[in-house]
Amino acid sequence: MIFRISRSCFSSISVKLPSFKVHHLELQQLPKTATTTSSELLAYYKSMQLQRRMEIACDNLYKQRLIRGFLHLADGQESIYEGLHAGLTYDDCVITAYRDHCIALLRGDTPHQIIAEMMAKQTGSTKGKGGSMHYYKKATNFYGGHGIVGAQIPLGTGLAFAQKYLKKPNVTLIMFGDGAANQGQLYEAANMAQLWHLPAIYFIENNLFGMGTSIDRASANTKFYTRGDVIPGIQIDGNNVFQVRETLKFAKKHCLEKGPIFIEAMTYRYHGHSMSDPGVTYRTREEVQQQRKTRDCINYVKNIILENKVADEHQLEEIDNSTQNEIDIAVEQAKVDPVPPSTELTTDVYVDNENHFIRGILYKDSVLPKSQ
Amino acid sequence: MQLLKRVHQFGSTKHRFASDIGSTNRQKMNLFQAINNALDIELGANPKALLFGEDVKFGGVFRCSQGLNEKYGTDRVFNTPLCEQGIGAFGIGLASVGYTAIAEIQFGDYIFPAFDQIVNEAAKFRYRSGNQFNCGSLTIRSTWGAVGHGALYHSQSPEAYFAHTPGLKVVVPRDPIQAKGLLLASIRDKNPVIFFEPKALYRNAEDEVPLDDYELELSKAEVVQQGKHITLIGYGTSIRVLREASKMAEKDGVSCEIIDLQTIYPYDGQTLVDSVKKTGRCIITHEAPQTCGMGAELSAFIQEKCFLHLEAPIRRVTGYDTPFPLVHEPIYLPDKFKIYEAIKESVNY
Repeated sequence: MIFRISRSCFSSISVKLPSFKVHHLELQQLPKTATTTSSELLAYYKSMQLQRRMEIACDNLYKQRLIRGFLHLADGQESIYEGLHAGLTYDDCVITAYRDHCIALLRGDTPHQIIAEMMAKQTGSTKGKGGSMHYYKKATNFYGGHGIVGAQIPLGTGLAFAQKYLKKPNVTLIMFGDGAANQGQLYEAANMAQLWHLPAIYFIENNLFGMGTSIDRASANTKFYTRGDVIPGIQIDGNNVFQVRETLKFAKKHCLEKGPIFIEAMTYRYHGHSMSDPGVTYRTREEVQQQRKTRDCINYVKNIILENKVADEHQLEEIDNSTQNEIDIAVEQAKVDPVPPSTELTTDVYVDNENHFIRGILYKDSVLPKSQ
Repeated sequence: MQLLKRVHQFGSTKHRFASDIGSTNRQKMNLFQAINNALDIELGANPKALLFGEDVKFGGVFRCSQGLNEKYGTDRVFNTPLCEQGIGAFGIGLASVGYTAIAEIQFGDYIFPAFDQIVNEAAKFRYRSGNQFNCGSLTIRSTWGAVGHGALYHSQSPEAYFAHTPGLKVVVPRDPIQAKGLLLASIRDKNPVIFFEPKALYRNAEDEVPLDDYELELSKAEVVQQGKHITLIGYGTSIRVLREASKMAEKDGVSCEIIDLQTIYPYDGQTLVDSVKKTGRCIITHEAPQTCGMGAELSAFIQEKCFLHLEAPIRRVTGYDTPFPLVHEPIYLPDKFKIYEAIKESVNY
């Protein structure tokens, strides 16, 4: 990575952004640098470390069988989530697939709530009923958390429609992966968005593999930022938190003025697709290690911090330790939390559960409507 | 023995029951190995057979297609992109020009993007073209049922949605020997078949599976345990649960007859009716939710045919009418205790 740093006398730091690739857009419309400050750099570092350590803690808990089911970790991709947090507001809607723990963290959930949810405890973000793939937060417009690949895309387009209809100065960030980019529903949704000029950002997290299938073996056109056809697109380095941030700011402006946009963020996941996937049958261990050494998003910020003497190694280590401590406390708390009571099995099926008959296995176990 | 050997030389042998297979040429296999063996046999015997789906090439997420790409090449065993609707429809197209299309949908929970293609295109192809065209050589394999921690989207049993569609066949095996024979029969059946494989049994179920090319008849239910007092009907993973429950009931002197439906649709009504006329009592079990599950259809059919023979109402012991839950899975599933309780109530009616 080549970056040039200059420090002005107001202690703001200028970072040169990597190049963009554009589709139906002019390169000069996009910024060449981003500015940041010491405190912002440290905040990014701390937040991304928290995400990273939370994901690693989940890995350990899964191996201890305290988290069960299907677990999809996002370590390696933290800068995307940090960037979207920095580039958008809580009034902008976010919707994503199942690699959603870090977004849940950045959209207001605490590590304790997130870990408790994965452990299916009552204190979890969705009452222990959703699990790893189903985080939501109404207060910060986080619409989840979806298990079925691609299903969130038309849903997000609907959110964008509502925002436009209600004349809100906000956009919807619709996130999905390179695998989902071959789902028909993406094209149905994107067509509607372009037709009606909806403020929808179609954000592709391209980590080069859809489960075990590389992008070349799944997609005829691997330039995902061009897959919107007449919809403009940008390809960025997803591991550069500043480029993600600046691109989303640009995208928000674009969407509110003109309509949908496709953003492809190149990134890499260190773990396999899920915990059932070792992640080395379709890629080599050397490749994973190489990515860790040369493209790690946290190291990128760390190097800027050290180069600009914002903090030294010792201070960064302190931040590492404090985030680890925070996660450890959350894990210990989640371990002792109770699971949701068995009555929760039949709640939230309908909005007016009390008026519905939910058949139990034996008739006498059924949930009878209140009127009876 | 000489006669049997000669029959095998001329291709597949067809059997009514797995116990009819006299072959001593057997190997210990679990469910995914038996499926793998069946696919290997078909790909070897039929040059027009193709196997495709998500991540099928490297062996599949459940190892069902292990080694097949290496053996038969990428033009016969290949990956598709992540698009279930595309996979299903592509399979229909291949089948309609005479290829044997074996399409894999990684989890039954993901079959719904292909639902329109299966229900509207595949099931009705022969009918609407006046038998000029058909996609009979299409088989859709998908994983099925609870696995202990699958939650909402890795545990569903969608058989009832497809059993409600004339033109399709739906099959669920209980064990490796059945799986191999039923899968080969399904692939070679000249109607589109959906073959659901119980994912919980991929590693857990083991048996001495014959290595020959054999098929087990579709639309034939099997009485896996003879009994006098009550008929227990199930399929797939439920058969194990029924066996456990019947052991508990045996201690109380209740002799249970257990029937594996095998082909969910079109089902073998005669075997069910013969059994219930003998016992007078019936319990049907499945993991899928109660309302409009297969239990509802079988109850209606059996009471229609056996009304005067029934000593007690037909009972359904099934999943609750809720989405498949996360941590509440043990409460949700129809386990041996719930079935035992139903047996007791039925016998004491």
